[in-house]
Amino acid sequence: MAYRPLFPRDVYAEMDRLQREMLQAFDISPSIRGLSRGGYPAVNVGSTAKSVELYTFAPGIDPATLDVQIEKGVLTIAGERKRDPVPEKANVHIDERFAGRFRRVVTLPDDVDPGAVEARYRDGVLHISIARKQAAQPRRITIQ
Amino acid sequence: MNETNPVARNAANAPVEAALTPPVDVIEDAAGITLFADLPGVPKEKLSLHVEADTLTIEGEVALPTPEGMEATHVEVTLPRYRRVFTLSKELDAGKVGAEFAHGVLKLRIPKAEHAQPRRIQVAVG
Repeated sequence: MAYRPLFPRDVYAEMDRLQREMLQAFDISPSIRGLSRGGYPAVNVGSTAKSVELYTFAPGIDPATLDVQIEKGVLTIAGERKRDPVPEKANVHIDERFAGRFRRVVTLPDDVDPGAVEARYRDGVLHISIARKQAAQPRRITIQ
Repeated sequence: MNETNPVARNAANAPVEAALTPPVDVIEDAAGITLFADLPGVPKEKLSLHVEADTLTIEGEVALPTPEGMEATHVEVTLPRYRRVFTLSKELDAGKVGAEFAHGVLKLRIPKAEHAQPRRIQVAVG
């Protein structure tokens, strides 16, 4: 599988890649979906008492072509980033940016409400906010 | 180590903040160089481009809308800052750099100076 880190010359990413390749090669216990982190797009996940927040760092994509699905507690973000055409008689000196199809799969916690999802694409980041179910939200109990 | 050394002291006084290296594509044609850089999460007002002598610096700060009390549970983009520095060559016209920034992708166009553009040289025989 073609692997390209989001941040080149990141020594930790390179070590991470090496570790991942070792894990896959020796089949110790890879994630059921193969690569669990790294590659394009990078994903940061945060959580609050009321919601789960996903930040997908996917620059240079037409938001209309992004495919975001939630099914059985699994969130899938898929799309394609097209390569800018290189003009004729031009030389490519550095070629580090990702191009091609991508797919990231994230298992969501059990208490999220798949009906209350907000997705917004801004400055190259897809921000998905999924509310937790009302019943799961913390609440203060008044003492009679 | 040596606090009396002015060089070391100056370096300590101006620490460079850690930053991620954004991936770039650099394409050169006859009229100039085009540079693309991925800076996801950087709004236009937090992007800074500097050309000083022959050094081009691209810097950007990530600004994401975060709800109050959010705790990070999985982090792949570990720093809120990007920085990358390039040394330009003499034939590039640093005064005419054009920049576009959309969807987290920066596109820079650095034209070659007039005198550096290719031209055919007539060879006179005789």
